[in-house]
Amino acid sequence: MESLDLLRGGLEAALSPENLLWAALGVLLGTFVGVLPGIGPAMAVALLLPATYGLEPTAAFIMFAGIYYGGMYGGSTTSILLNTPGESSSVMTAIEGNKMAKRGRAAQALASAAIGSFIAGTIGTLLVVFFAPALADVAVDIGAPSYFAIMLLAIVLVTAVLGSSRLRGFIALFLGLTIGLVGLDLSTGQPRLDLGQSLLADGLDIVVVAVGIFALGEALWVAAHLRRSPLTVIPTGRPWMGRDDWRRSWKPWLRGTALGFPFGAVPAGGAETPTFLSYILERRLAGKDHEFGQGAIEGVAGPEAANNASAAGTFVPLLALGLPVTATASIMLAALQGYGIQPGPQLMTTQSDLVWTLLASLLIGNTLLLVLNLPLAPAWAKLLRTPRPYLYAGILFFAALGAYTVNQQPFDLLLLLVFGLLGLAMRRFALPVLPLILGVILGPLMEVKMREALAISGGDASALVSEPLAVVVYAIIVIALVGSVLAGRRAKRSTLDTEPDTDTVPKQKEHV
Amino acid sequence: MSIVVAYAPDEFGRSAVEAGLAVAASRGGDVVVVNATRGDALVDTKFAGSSERAALDELLAASTVASTVRQPVGTDVADAVLQVAEEVGATLLVVGLRHRTPVGKMLMGSVAQRILLDATVPVLAVKPGQSVPL
Repeated sequence: MESLDLLRGGLEAALSPENLLWAALGVLLGTFVGVLPGIGPAMAVALLLPATYGLEPTAAFIMFAGIYYGGMYGGSTTSILLNTPGESSSVMTAIEGNKMAKRGRAAQALASAAIGSFIAGTIGTLLVVFFAPALADVAVDIGAPSYFAIMLLAIVLVTAVLGSSRLRGFIALFLGLTIGLVGLDLSTGQPRLDLGQSLLADGLDIVVVAVGIFALGEALWVAAHLRRSPLTVIPTGRPWMGRDDWRRSWKPWLRGTALGFPFGAVPAGGAETPTFLSYILERRLAGKDHEFGQGAIEGVAGPEAANNASAAGTFVPLLALGLPVTATASIMLAALQGYGIQPGPQLMTTQSDLVWTLLASLLIGNTLLLVLNLPLAPAWAKLLRTPRPYLYAGILFFAALGAYTVNQQPFDLLLLLVFGLLGLAMRRFALPVLPLILGVILGPLMEVKMREALAISGGDASALVSEPLAVVVYAIIVIALVGSVLAGRRAKRSTLDTEPDTDTVPKQKEHV
Repeated sequence: MSIVVAYAPDEFGRSAVEAGLAVAASRGGDVVVVNATRGDALVDTKFAGSSERAALDELLAASTVASTVRQPVGTDVADAVLQVAEEVGATLLVVGLRHRTPVGKMLMGSVAQRILLDATVPVLAVKPGQSVPL
């Protein structure tokens, strides 16, 4: 098997002491940001973007991948011990996990979450190893019109189908697309939206935008809600599982993996949908005399496996098509571009060392996470006592430093503040962040593909539907849009009790 | 006459509450228990959660003394206690004291110390295992 040989080569590279160190640093940082609600892997990767310009691309991506996986682990600790999801992907874990903890079974819940995440992450990464090269082989032949259509599909799905409000989603998307327009026109060299500012002519640096929205926006939001009544963290010992817990967990782990991976791999954004589906599935399968509602270990095992499998799945479109489907993946794509590496189907062949070392380091990072998190879970929970002023002072420092170092331009600090205020406003009005960041990153790529297609056809717009694949993708977009509108209507009309009862789902703002 | 007790859910806070109740029982008056937090961290172990609050209520209910519990969120824990003392016109403040090493004194501020220094009424300082001779 060619893929396995390449993976073995990658493993050898990833096991070098230096790369191991980056992987360890990544998973530690990832768990750190995952445990703390409000800051997530996307913010961590955005803050580290400028720091990585001095690093080898391979080392930087090993660290980013560690942060991404680590965030998924860390979120479950907070969900279980505090009933506040550390990440949006652990919302479902909180339902049963916190009830287990309240019944004194926190150690088992943490263990089931950590081991389930490990199994799902490992299976997911192996699936990426097999699927990504195959997809890239096919994708090399995809023409510009189809590429444009696929990117359109990704942003429409993320914006219209996934979010709770289509209007808010599209507002965020168009804000993002507008931000992406700033700068010189690619083929004519005309300045666009530069407000007569020569400093804007080069376009907005993605670091400034991402750090402003994620870090400064969140810091301002927290500053506006600084003092809140503290929550009680449930004390726990070292995670462990009895034989009965193993027996009840292994099937949900595998089912969660099977649900999570495809959702991560198709451009449908994030782990929320598969974790929700996994929870419902486990609840249905549990039968009559189930423990759901009082702390069922199946309700922790399934969603936790699903969120890690979907995190692995997002690497398929990212590596094979250059198409990010989550906020963290978008920032990683921006990092690739920062290194001058062209993302897309050619990536697997032109940068095969990078890709295979990255995939191998995902496997290593996953193992590191299990080793770290099983004994350290009680220590991670202590992080929750960090006073917010200390935490956010640190974040603001790195945000300002990062934004300044990109171009060493004081003007960028002003831009950082503008985007920070935009981030605050988005949180205030509950606008989702993911469509905006996808718009900023995919907008310019879409423009390139569209103009390529139009240039070949001499400006004839029918060129955009000249390929069968493009037509199919447009059909899927229409079906998805119509379907989501109809589903929304039906949900409004019928008052059928839906599972799980929405009251038990902990409410939380979007954490990215 | 009101007695204000600075409380945290640990043995020091518990001894302070017991001392406050003992004084109130012999001299008359009511007890106001103050459990303040800065509220700037997600978790504050010094802030009584629902189970700790239940234990405190049980302790208070076991006494015949009238008592209230306040859990304010403010910028400073010592200030919050002093503010309540002023508001209810307290005649006595009760705090629990812990032994601190020299290094501990250098690194950490002490709520009890701030209350001792800034209070305008007499302060009764107790350690776990001590009872008030009345």
